[in-house]
Amino acid sequence: MIEKSEKYLINGAKDKWEVVIGLEVHAQVTSNSKLFSGSSTTFGAEPNTQVSLVDCAFPGMLPVINEYCVQQAVKTGLGLNAKINAYSVFDRKNYFYADLPQGYQISQYKNPIVGEGEITLDLPNGSKKVGIERLHLEQDAGKSIHDIDLSNTFVDLNRSGVALMEIVSKPDLRSPDEVSAYIKKLRSIMKYLGTCDGNMQEGSLRADVNVSVRKEGDTKLGTRCEIKNVNSIKFMQMAIIYESKRQVELLESGKSIDQETRLFDTKKNETRSMRSKEDAHDYRYFPDPDLLPLNLDKKLIEKIRKDLPELPDEKKERFIKEHSLTPYEANVLVSEKEISNYFEEVIKSSDKKLAKNWIMGDLFASLNEKNISILESPIKAKKMAELIDSISSGVISGRTAKEVFEIMKETGEDPKQIIENKGLQQKSDPKELEKIIDKILSDNKDKAEQYKSGKDKLFGFFVGQVMKESGGKANPQLVNEILKKKLK
Amino acid sequence: MSIDKDKIKHISKLARISLDAKKTESLAKDLSSIFKFIEQLNELNTDKIEPLSSILNEPLRSRKDVVNDGKIRERILENSPQKNDEFFVVPKVID
Repeated sequence: MIEKSEKYLINGAKDKWEVVIGLEVHAQVTSNSKLFSGSSTTFGAEPNTQVSLVDCAFPGMLPVINEYCVQQAVKTGLGLNAKINAYSVFDRKNYFYADLPQGYQISQYKNPIVGEGEITLDLPNGSKKVGIERLHLEQDAGKSIHDIDLSNTFVDLNRSGVALMEIVSKPDLRSPDEVSAYIKKLRSIMKYLGTCDGNMQEGSLRADVNVSVRKEGDTKLGTRCEIKNVNSIKFMQMAIIYESKRQVELLESGKSIDQETRLFDTKKNETRSMRSKEDAHDYRYFPDPDLLPLNLDKKLIEKIRKDLPELPDEKKERFIKEHSLTPYEANVLVSEKEISNYFEEVIKSSDKKLAKNWIMGDLFASLNEKNISILESPIKAKKMAELIDSISSGVISGRTAKEVFEIMKETGEDPKQIIENKGLQQKSDPKELEKIIDKILSDNKDKAEQYKSGKDKLFGFFVGQVMKESGGKANPQLVNEILKKKLK
Repeated sequence: MSIDKDKIKHISKLARISLDAKKTESLAKDLSSIFKFIEQLNELNTDKIEPLSSILNEPLRSRKDVVNDGKIRERILENSPQKNDEFFVVPKVID
């Protein structure tokens, strides 16, 4: 583990405390149908329309595994540099809840499909490796809706039986910022792989957060609390900040931590004990008698490995080498698959350095401003490339390009069209420029004399006048050249 | 392993099955003797034997990732003790 970043510590009344965090991420597998049935997984459908007799656990129904979900789990495991277990077993995790029609969740307990792996986090001061403990396949539960009816809960089973990957990290994270970096990296890897869409608003990615504290320098782990089902990075960070302070206060006042499940109340910004769930911890796992053990063919694993796409870490290395980017720039441009695709599309036909600056500068700013993703950008990669090209080929100046960009970001129009319609082309005809320059020089004979007698600073004045006269369209480079000649 | 009344109470609570005192006692007795019988297996030496999760020596059957089920809302809601046009309706459950 490389610990370059500044340590995140909690200053208690007596001591400094280190926060130790491990995450259990639940990532929805991207697939057409559910893990053990042929119902659709599409988000946002009418309630209970994507439910088969298997999903609502009618008597006598048997689960049949979706081979694609298995491949997706293997693919994710390989993307996390993890050990793929050729032999794994599905178990029943038993508990009662209104949105769990089977009375148990089919999950993997002792023999998960994926074992230990590792993720590299890109932190401001360097990188850090975080261990993955395991990844297993399991069913999602349905959705309970408490706020439609005052005295009843409504149950929608559309999500029931959708495939999830539970990805368990080792307790290697040490601060809210590392947690954010971890989630972002994991999400990015899965999006590159196409195994999870990472959409946190739609619940495709949620996490249980395990938090404990220990005095700075201690090596033994403290007692942890598990904060259940947090669905945004911001809430994870808020929950960790609250929970670690709570634990420090308890320990410093001589009390001990109860190992328990807690809930993060986003409105009150606090964690609360979920005592009602305590009994449910006795899950009585046992191998599901409806399912045989899963034996993976080595050839299948190798085929998936061979077909893996380029992942963010490799892409970053390549970008640094091929496009002379700094590690920081490369990190930003590979952080999301869509961004790196956009960048690579733009540089196919335009200058790399300009492309990088325009994308990371003006384009990102306009996307942030509108709070949209690069996929929704009105300026498509091809048009961005055209804009950049018209700068490097001298059709317009960088300054005029900004003007064109402002129009493009609203209308998505073709840059060439805008330049033509508005007559923004640079004046690059030397004869035309000479005419303007001659006029300026004859209008300002006194200043020209002063310049010739050594007042170098006046050069800028002449350039300014020429630009003004040309309506900002004179090619600055040419203006400089001609002026220098004429003022000799 | 002997199964005492507390164990029976714990299991019945987890299984949401209510038992009266008499039943609890008789179940404790029955289950204890069942376990005693099963525990004879512990006499076997299983040091070098991998745990078995299925006695069938067959591969797991799988299906292709195609949507060919669902869209039967009326049918699945039909047998629900309480429902409306769209949802299963259950007594308020909230943590």
